[in-house]
Amino acid sequence: MHPAPSVIIFTTLSGLGFGLLAFLGLGMPAVTGWVAFFFYLIAYALAVGGLLASTFHLGNPKNAPKAFTQWRTSWLSREAICSVAALVIMGLYALGAVFFGASWQPLGWLGAALSLLTVFTTSMIYAQLKTIPRWNHWLTSALFLALSLAGGALLAGQVWPALVLLVIAGGVQLAAWASGDTRFRKRGHTLETATMLPGGTVRQFEAPHTGGNYLLDEMVFVVGRKHAQKLRVIAMALMVVVPVVLLFLTAGASGTVVHLVALVAVLSHLVGVACARWLFFAEAEHVVGLYYGKRG
Amino acid sequence: MTALPETTAKKLGLVIDLDTCVGCHACVVACKGWNTENYGAPLSDQSAYGAAPKGTFLNRVHAYEVQPDTGAAQTVHFPKSCLHCEDAPCVTVCPTGASYKRVEDGIVLVNEDDCIGCGLCAWACPYGARELDKAAGVMKKCTLCVDRIYNENLPEEDREPACVRTCPAGARHFGDLGDPGSAVSQLVIEREGVDLMPELGTKPVNKYLPPRPKDVLDEIDVLSPFLAPVAEESKGLAGWLDRVLEKI
Repeated sequence: MHPAPSVIIFTTLSGLGFGLLAFLGLGMPAVTGWVAFFFYLIAYALAVGGLLASTFHLGNPKNAPKAFTQWRTSWLSREAICSVAALVIMGLYALGAVFFGASWQPLGWLGAALSLLTVFTTSMIYAQLKTIPRWNHWLTSALFLALSLAGGALLAGQVWPALVLLVIAGGVQLAAWASGDTRFRKRGHTLETATMLPGGTVRQFEAPHTGGNYLLDEMVFVVGRKHAQKLRVIAMALMVVVPVVLLFLTAGASGTVVHLVALVAVLSHLVGVACARWLFFAEAEHVVGLYYGKRG
Repeated sequence: MTALPETTAKKLGLVIDLDTCVGCHACVVACKGWNTENYGAPLSDQSAYGAAPKGTFLNRVHAYEVQPDTGAAQTVHFPKSCLHCEDAPCVTVCPTGASYKRVEDGIVLVNEDDCIGCGLCAWACPYGARELDKAAGVMKKCTLCVDRIYNENLPEEDREPACVRTCPAGARHFGDLGDPGSAVSQLVIEREGVDLMPELGTKPVNKYLPPRPKDVLDEIDVLSPFLAPVAEESKGLAGWLDRVLEKI
């Protein structure tokens, strides 16, 4: 699949933002006043910024309000509704924390649940697609949720939860890569099933046209796969290893150094997740590539 | 609403004969022409006369080669457009309700006034039947020429999809595949028509008729050049010419 920057920015930033909102809603940390203001500012900047980035890949964004109507069948519609609900509920909760020093707690729990539900609905947009075997698995949802929670804990300054969640997210990512690598073949999609031509081995003789097309641009992305293994190592190092080592080394410390180290850990994690997300799209193979002789 | 109908009164669709298709691409051109001039946003081209032309098409003709274990390979021309699936995954993913499957005839359509241009339906389609138009920013797909087949302003013989009407080889057939007695249903039974990528469970309405097995040539006797000629004496005009030329 074409790794569009808008979608990578969207899933990376909003995943982190909603993860942070989930922790804030649970009162981890239980902040009030100016400290709360800055925490919520970061969380909303990430979540809303990500959602806005996602509208850049729309061909016809003026119809965006209609995306709230099809929640019965469409995960994309469910995501739109969940994200707005999470932002509104957490906004009310933030109002209490920032201006009244209050913790309107049932509201926070609801907001935290909605924030995680938003991340889940985002993951299901990809995990539901049978046409992309690499994504069509529960590990996709597990990965999105694990990374969102790990990043949220990191941003929320929850050292020990962050350590545990980062390691879990790393494990889920490794499992997703390992099982995703063989799923296309295991599902048995071939040019023979695509064309159902009997009597032998099928290969493409001629493409339907000499130029490119939307399908090839969008779904038959093949550039950059040769660096996939290196990028996986880089992504894993920045996403999990560097933040874990930094957190572990400074777990008992306090003062400005801790904040600086935390900032480095967060930035490393952010770049690592973006790199892993690029791979998530670039490595995903759509079955339509079979018709163009570009698979297997 | 993007929920799929339980059943549809008719299942209008195409039956494509891979034995007959000659790969002339006339259906591609007819489709582009009709659907640019009629229903919805035109099918745009980008850099049509440039170095890397691109454009939106609702029907494309692939060509494949089938290589059996022994013997000669066979070339098959393979037209592909929307299969109007009964269990259309493109419809249910649509967030705005722009994509829908009609209860009355099973045609899968896009209401362009509602389309957000997110492209998720194109991701959900295994067959590459949907293309986002670069100029209009909305999703385009085969309408089964819904603006021809019911169009009483057209002569009756033109009330079928443009691709079917234009096909010079008669490789494309249009009809109700939900009616077991229809000509297209009979053709599918007779020729053992198949679904594409059946493992994905999309239940396509359009069917493909596989190429018939190739003829096998009778064995030629290696001694045949040494056999005596069957006709010694030539007759008629050739015989007269032969005799005249002999005498000169």
